[in-house]
Amino acid sequence: MSLKYVTPVAMFKKYLPKDYVELVDFGPFGKTQDEAGPGNMGQFKELMEEHPMCSGCWMAYYIRLIFASLPCPEETVTLGTAGCGRLAISQAAVPFIYGNYGDQNAMASGLSRAFRLRFPDKQKDVITIAGDGGTMDIGFSMTMHSWIRGERFTTIMLDNEVYGNTGGQESGMSPKGAVLKMAPGGKQFNKMPATDLAKAAGCVYIVRMSPTNIKKAAKIIRRAIFVAREVGPTFIHAYTSCNIEYSIPTEEVFADAKLREKDRFQFEEYMTDAAKEVIDRIEAEEKAAHRAKKGIVEEEVN
Amino acid sequence: MTKRVTQGPAGYMPQSAPSMGVELAPKGQGLLYGNVVTEEEAMRDAAIALLTMANPTIFPGPQILWDWKDDVAEKAAALLELASEIPNCKIIPMPDYRPKYPKIDVKAEINPNHPNLTILDNKIKACIFIGVHCHYANLTLRMIRAGTDCYTIALCAYMGHEEAMASINDLHASDLRKFKEIIIEERKKLGIEWTTTEPPRNPSLPKEDNSTLSPVDYGEYRSLIMTKKGEHVTDVE
Repeated sequence: MSLKYVTPVAMFKKYLPKDYVELVDFGPFGKTQDEAGPGNMGQFKELMEEHPMCSGCWMAYYIRLIFASLPCPEETVTLGTAGCGRLAISQAAVPFIYGNYGDQNAMASGLSRAFRLRFPDKQKDVITIAGDGGTMDIGFSMTMHSWIRGERFTTIMLDNEVYGNTGGQESGMSPKGAVLKMAPGGKQFNKMPATDLAKAAGCVYIVRMSPTNIKKAAKIIRRAIFVAREVGPTFIHAYTSCNIEYSIPTEEVFADAKLREKDRFQFEEYMTDAAKEVIDRIEAEEKAAHRAKKGIVEEEVN
Repeated sequence: MTKRVTQGPAGYMPQSAPSMGVELAPKGQGLLYGNVVTEEEAMRDAAIALLTMANPTIFPGPQILWDWKDDVAEKAAALLELASEIPNCKIIPMPDYRPKYPKIDVKAEINPNHPNLTILDNKIKACIFIGVHCHYANLTLRMIRAGTDCYTIALCAYMGHEEAMASINDLHASDLRKFKEIIIEERKKLGIEWTTTEPPRNPSLPKEDNSTLSPVDYGEYRSLIMTKKGEHVTDVE
């Protein structure tokens, strides 16, 4: 929860496991996105590496991407609830709070308020990362109320359109007609309009996407976090297929994500004027910093 | 003295020390087997355990491993001095509390969610917990008492721990130095010869080399190996 928490006491560094030493020396803490971001994944020690997710899990990839995109990992807290996602999220080197069946947005409300009171001079990022069941079914009331109250944190819904962790029951986000192991008759109702609900509840930045493009997905995550810092609640509805429950062969997981991008998960981005102002300002600052750095490097080369 | 909190294994889900009537010791005093004693008495018993039991180990937690507060460096230095006086003492850290699945490197670290793995694998019979946040220390100490025969010592900066065999509360760098002196005294009394030596550094596992792996190495799980697109691996079938 601060850069100090990832700085080892000098004399104890030799007693830390190699994994932690590498995280301190080559991790993303205190670094910019150019130095350690989605653009150069594989070249730095990532916040989440080992996890017990299924082979070919698209959710595990997206969670890895979320952690690589964090603007300030040392000042971030993530919250989640029961589901597949928390198995990976809880193993990342970022503090994680495990909510009790869908109350992650209620907890995040209190936490983000407490941070602003306790650390008025610091910018702490609070992000809830939960599945479609945790966000739109079991945690629906708490999610909606946090948005209606205008709580300033980011909600990311990992939508795999099924209760994958418990054997394949239909969720509110399963598409109509979906035949699942525990819903053999096919789902009778429509998929919940999550982004419309978010808009009605007062989210200031909303995105629905299938994260097939790393750069674009990372940009969206960062935008949502920056806007939540200053304006109000932000929401990302991301498609993260369950290749087990929907029987998608591992090598076709990406193709499936591309396919969904053309129907149920067509890219949609909504932002209020205030949110747009923040995004324009921050991205202009980032571009300027990038150009300045590039200029310095070119000067050094010349 | 009736020993109320003793070395295990106490079995799955043992009765917690508070429910056995053990109360935290007041400031300036310690707990020994669940009884309030003087700080020195608790330290002496702990020192004898560390000097006479197999594989004494110190488990430093996040509060002493990470440089998050001004006084941490001094406390860490005092802890290292203390470790250097215990013959063949090892330091196995608990850098944070996140779960470690699918596997934990038991030689290199200890995790509060399954501390018995590290203790049993390293055959540790006496250990010190220091700098572990209290709620996780309570959980860990009780699990160790449930599943192992390890003598646990809690060195706590706050109120102490009922679940440990010996618990010192309100502990600062000066108390660690006092504990060190007691260890030296007891060591001399027991006639153990030892030159001050720092514990060995962390033995993290070397990175795995997968370049020579073949499907046969996966044994009964070889049918689960995913092939590349268009590839047909005959020796798996």
